[in-house]
Amino acid sequence: MKLLESGTLLDGFLVEDCLHSGGMAHIYRVHYAEGARNPGFPMVMKIPRMTAGDGAENIVSFEVEHQIMQVVTGAHVPRFVAAGDLANIPYLVMEYVVGQTLQQRLDQGERLDATEVARLGAAMARAAHSLHKQDIVHLDLKPANVLITPEGKAVLLDFGLSYHAHYPDLLAEELRKAVGSPVWIAPEQVVGVRGDPRSDIFAIGVMLYELATGELPFGNPQTAAGLRQRLWMDPAPPRKLRPDLPEWLQEVVLRCLEPEAARRYSSAAHLAFDLSHPEHITITERGRKTRGTGFRVHFKRWLKAAGMHYQPSPLVSQQLDDVPILMVALPHKDVTDATLYSLRQAVGRSLGLRPGARLACVTVISPSQTSASSNEQSETSVHRRYLNQMRQWTQPLDLSTHQTSYHVLESSDVAQALVRYAEGNQVSVIVMGAATHGLQMQRFVATVPIKVAMEAPCTVILVKQSLPFERLGHTGVESVKDDVPF
Amino acid sequence: MKWALLSDIHANLQALDACMAHARSQGAQRFALLGDLVGYGADPGAVVDRAMALAEQGALLVKGNHDDMAVSPPESNRTVGDSSAAWTHEQLSATQRGFLQALPMTRQEGAMLLVHASADAPGRWRYVYDQQVATLSLDAASEFPEVRYVFGGHVHFQTLYYRGASAGLMKFAPTPGVPVPVPRHRLWLATVGSVGQPRDGNPLAMYAMMDIAKSQLTFHRVAYDQAAAAAAILRTDLPAFFADRLELGR
Repeated sequence: MKLLESGTLLDGFLVEDCLHSGGMAHIYRVHYAEGARNPGFPMVMKIPRMTAGDGAENIVSFEVEHQIMQVVTGAHVPRFVAAGDLANIPYLVMEYVVGQTLQQRLDQGERLDATEVARLGAAMARAAHSLHKQDIVHLDLKPANVLITPEGKAVLLDFGLSYHAHYPDLLAEELRKAVGSPVWIAPEQVVGVRGDPRSDIFAIGVMLYELATGELPFGNPQTAAGLRQRLWMDPAPPRKLRPDLPEWLQEVVLRCLEPEAARRYSSAAHLAFDLSHPEHITITERGRKTRGTGFRVHFKRWLKAAGMHYQPSPLVSQQLDDVPILMVALPHKDVTDATLYSLRQAVGRSLGLRPGARLACVTVISPSQTSASSNEQSETSVHRRYLNQMRQWTQPLDLSTHQTSYHVLESSDVAQALVRYAEGNQVSVIVMGAATHGLQMQRFVATVPIKVAMEAPCTVILVKQSLPFERLGHTGVESVKDDVPF
Repeated sequence: MKWALLSDIHANLQALDACMAHARSQGAQRFALLGDLVGYGADPGAVVDRAMALAEQGALLVKGNHDDMAVSPPESNRTVGDSSAAWTHEQLSATQRGFLQALPMTRQEGAMLLVHASADAPGRWRYVYDQQVATLSLDAASEFPEVRYVFGGHVHFQTLYYRGASAGLMKFAPTPGVPVPVPRHRLWLATVGSVGQPRDGNPLAMYAMMDIAKSQLTFHRVAYDQAAAAAAILRTDLPAFFADRLELGR
């Protein structure tokens, strides 16, 4: 379609200036001609460049975006306003989100420190997770498609190559060819797999690599063979290019870039968690190394990759269900052994079914417990005490396959602190004690577990205390005598 | 216009009533019955009566192989279908048989083509169970220039076939209750599943709803009184296996 002139009226929208004229589409600022219909936020209209000369893929990808924009929701996508009929006048009207794309940020050429890279990465991971929970995989995450708002939130743009698990996949090919942008595309996408949320984690890894080092981990391949390289090749460790980068950041970036999806973060929520809590990241050889992977390893992987082929993916949301973040709220005072025991049993049961689950142990202390003046009550020593208590509590659990971390929160409002933590870290399940936090009192006041259960963004398991050996101590010798008739 | 597409009712009155009630609650304005009203189930007479009443109110119907068999049952009793056909034949009045006999093999309504089996040779009752057969059916249907959607039954599964970026037809397993966009610039073929004889391991009744104005197709699964349908079969001379399979969805 040719460029529209400012002042054109289209389906009730008044077209203003053209903001962007890309290879696939034109983007115009618009508003409703009838002022009263305006939704209260600025809007843009996206119109595909669909003329007889354009390729079929262009049309299909606009159709995919047209479908997905109408159903995707949440704070990490532009709000949908209207869609034109594809057969008639194809267009999409959506919220104009104020912010800067990562591409614009990269173009400024400033060198970001590790904290800033982690902050941007966590924002992208949270946004990706929000899509994955809706059974959508973006599959074309790249700096131009990630917008960072002034509040630091990531908004994802351009769903033209995305996958929606509940819709026929118009971009699926019986020949399973690669669909995506060569720089950021995940290895499994190269062989035609669409529908694995870990493909988005790979793309985030490529962006983190670029943000941290200024280089692209796999270059910009122009051939099919160049594209297949990432099926077996590790990129140069970021610390080889920039030695001042912390090991934890390299650990995270290289884990995102693992050729095998199963070796990457199992969900974007796990990635966001690590980037928000670098101090809890377990650093392995992957984080420490400053030299590239050797020929022998690459050669072995190359042989394996030669056989890599398309496999269908299970439903996105089911994949997420298998790798939840489980949070346990541990009381640190006025708590009985029975409660601590029952909480541990409940956590063990919940983790047991899902080897990919990760555990966050959280306790909330009152801000008055720490003091800036007293050495013994200093923040670090108080926190250390509670962290140790929690570590001891987890001792009997088999956590060998579960990443585990410990967190002391300071707040005078326990319920609010727990809910905020769960929200901020995409927690899937909260386990907490029912009695300790005062379930019996709930007829009179909204107690902590009730507040958490009502306000939490996820499932809450309220654990009642029971101790199998509790009765043992109370079974008096006399009662035994009574029970046994001689 | 919202069309409720029901196929393979197989004389299961309880399942038919449940699906019709569900469709009406979802705003169905018209009904289409895609063949196999009878066979296997205990209430062929009552189901045909329902179909006749719906036809008078403007429902569209096409003939299925079991409708054909019930009109003129095979001499031999080689399959369970054959013996069920003879029993069904006995249950139906002359009027009801006449109604079944007069059903057309295909029906076109605007962009929709209704056919029980495959549109390329409707009388051969070929099962549309993969992309290859679906391609034959869809190619035959595209001789009607207006047709964008081919709806059928016969295979007791809910499947949508479509053509995306690639040349060949792709197969899609729908999620029940989720409206799927089926824009008119593409060709679509759907098998809507079976109302009265689910065979995908899930005993819930199946049907689909086509919203022409919105170009959306929704596949539904509906709970119904299986115990009553099974009990009705056990009261007849039909094999008890027909009752059991309803509860298993096999």
